[in-house]
Amino acid sequence: MKLSGAEIVIQSLKDEGVEFVFGYPGGAVLHIYDAIHNQSDVEHILVRHEQGATHAADGYARSTGKPGVVLVTSGPGATNAVTGIATAHLDSIPLVVITGQVTSAFIGSDAFQEVDSVGISRPCVKHNFLIKRVEDIAETMKKAFHIAMTGRPGPVVVDIPKDITDPNIKIDYEYPKDISIRSYNPTVQGNQKQIKKAVEMIIAAKRPMIYSGGGVVLSNASEELTAFTDRLGFPITQTLMGLGAYPACGKNYVGMLGMHGTYEANMAMHDCDTLIAIGARFDDRVTGDLEQFCPHAKIIHIDIDPSSIAKNVQVDVPIVGDVKHVLVDMSKELKLSKTTPDEKALASWWKQIKKWTAGNCLRYDKNSALIKPQFVVEELHKVTNGDAFVTSDVGQHQMFAAQFYGFNKPRRWINSGGLGTMGFGLPAAIGVQLAHREEMVACITGEASIQMCIQELSTALQYDLPIKVIMLNNRYMGMVRQWQEFFYESRYSQSYMEALPDFVKLTESYGHVGMRIEKPADVNSALTEAFAMKDKLVFMDFITDQTENVYPMIAAGKGHHEMHLQEECIPAQSSDRELA
Amino acid sequence: MRHIISVLIENEAGALSRVAGLFSARGYNIESLTVAVTEDDSLSRMTIITTGSDNIIEQINKQLNKLVDVVKVADISNGSHIERELMMVKIDAAEPEVKDELQRLADIFKGRIIDVSDNIYTVELTGEGEKLNSFLNAVDDKSIIETVRSGATGIARGKKALQV
Repeated sequence: MKLSGAEIVIQSLKDEGVEFVFGYPGGAVLHIYDAIHNQSDVEHILVRHEQGATHAADGYARSTGKPGVVLVTSGPGATNAVTGIATAHLDSIPLVVITGQVTSAFIGSDAFQEVDSVGISRPCVKHNFLIKRVEDIAETMKKAFHIAMTGRPGPVVVDIPKDITDPNIKIDYEYPKDISIRSYNPTVQGNQKQIKKAVEMIIAAKRPMIYSGGGVVLSNASEELTAFTDRLGFPITQTLMGLGAYPACGKNYVGMLGMHGTYEANMAMHDCDTLIAIGARFDDRVTGDLEQFCPHAKIIHIDIDPSSIAKNVQVDVPIVGDVKHVLVDMSKELKLSKTTPDEKALASWWKQIKKWTAGNCLRYDKNSALIKPQFVVEELHKVTNGDAFVTSDVGQHQMFAAQFYGFNKPRRWINSGGLGTMGFGLPAAIGVQLAHREEMVACITGEASIQMCIQELSTALQYDLPIKVIMLNNRYMGMVRQWQEFFYESRYSQSYMEALPDFVKLTESYGHVGMRIEKPADVNSALTEAFAMKDKLVFMDFITDQTENVYPMIAAGKGHHEMHLQEECIPAQSSDRELA
Repeated sequence: MRHIISVLIENEAGALSRVAGLFSARGYNIESLTVAVTEDDSLSRMTIITTGSDNIIEQINKQLNKLVDVVKVADISNGSHIERELMMVKIDAAEPEVKDELQRLADIFKGRIIDVSDNIYTVELTGEGEKLNSFLNAVDDKSIIETVRSGATGIARGKKALQV
């Protein structure tokens, strides 16, 4: 088969089984767009801004486990995509981002729409390529998908100069079946000796704690994690990125940990004697003050990326490998073991944890005359039976969603955890809804975040995507306001959102349904009505309490036991607690 | 602690900037960095002199290994090794006594005068950094016109080798 460079790009995508390409045309990619026009296997989704393309591809990838594919032009096309690439990079999401480049002869001449895309993206990709010959396209595409999807996943940029895609130059095409890269061999199986050591430590634990993260989701190891946890009966906490891998309704779950984690999760972290970190990377929002992190614990750390191990926290038993494989091996080893964990110690540990839980740290005022953001999220859970895909933007609403939705399945919670990218939620929901046409997709957002990518409402109309936008409108950049209240004596510098549009009219002008909800009593019925409109995007503007804060909170640089709680939730300090 | 890290890396455009970018992005020190192709022209070998605590050096090793283009990494300062650096120094030798002194110094330091033009001598010297420093200290500062140093390279002694 003889194909042009542009046709090879598209044929490679077909051979990779790609369903959607999220993109935006421009000069340097016109040959490729012409090749897209002549086929129907790969559907192109036209976004309204390249940032939206990367987030949509990202949402697609997070919700399916398949790589997200992006196609943008050179220069501003590529730079607009950078935020989305960095977002995917920090959360280890597999993307293949094809950027057009000016004609080879013009590279380096400051040509029209020229930027050094490989240079600009280098610090925020897993790898990138600049293709120099048409003969190299197929192999490079194969490498790009391979690198994006294996090991610790991540975004890969493929920069293609326009002349390489010239429709008049056709060459023989064959897509490589396999690829091997001598310098790239991620470890999949964990070291058996280390696994044995870890199991011995687990069995000897008196106050164990499982801390699982996004790596469990990425490795599709939710079932293995749940079986492992329930078999041991150990308490488990999850990071923001790990929510849903172990069900929130599971009996061993103690809630999310970290800056806005539950009191019981953070206290259990502080007091545990054995910490089993699974696919988590000891992020600063999770650990708080490193000096005070898990001061009594021996630590087991399972991660596919060796550089995650001992990066922030020194561990006792590191295991490099794919979480799924390691959990399978550990469970086998546990079965073989003649001894079991000390049930008495575990029971008294649970008793202690229940005491912490009794404080009900996520309590909020349910009798408020104003709509509480937490209440909206809880009602959303009810109306969707906890079964929706929920994307979010960044800020208070993101934390409320994480705390109150209660995710029982992996890949249902889609948020920018690492980079914290405002504007992520709506385009991500587009990617999710395209991949799951029949499922409920909700985007929980705020009036500040939504405006960063609101143009994608137009994309949602074009492709008939019945997303439900749940906007918690407190007229503030809520998290900024909260920090200003706590740490800047309530000097609300530039955090009030003045001159807001009428979101209902705005939504209507985009061709969707808009609703404004101002009373708590209307929340449930409005949500029910919105989700009943199965073929419509409904944008719900919930006017919420402006003063609500996210609790509990660990201030930056504090330890897990130094949480800021709502006053009525501070539990009686248990003096009978004994520490080894 | 000072470490000598050897890196085998695919001989491809941009490989050097990936390594340099990694060091600047993560705030690691680079004292020197040398790079050249090896006997296998698909591979370049880089020698990086860096300093840092054990944790930092461990991270540097891991982060280098994480780069897709990097084939192998070794901290050769962990074992017995040889370290060399090349220096060329241009010295004003207009005064006859300077000429004689330079010849003597070059002999003592096992250097060579590799160029003489317009009463300017260029001395070539190889050795560990400290030896090169000693030579510079021995020469009158005022007579030094220009100095160029390659940065250190190194190789492990004996059977140990950085190979694919």
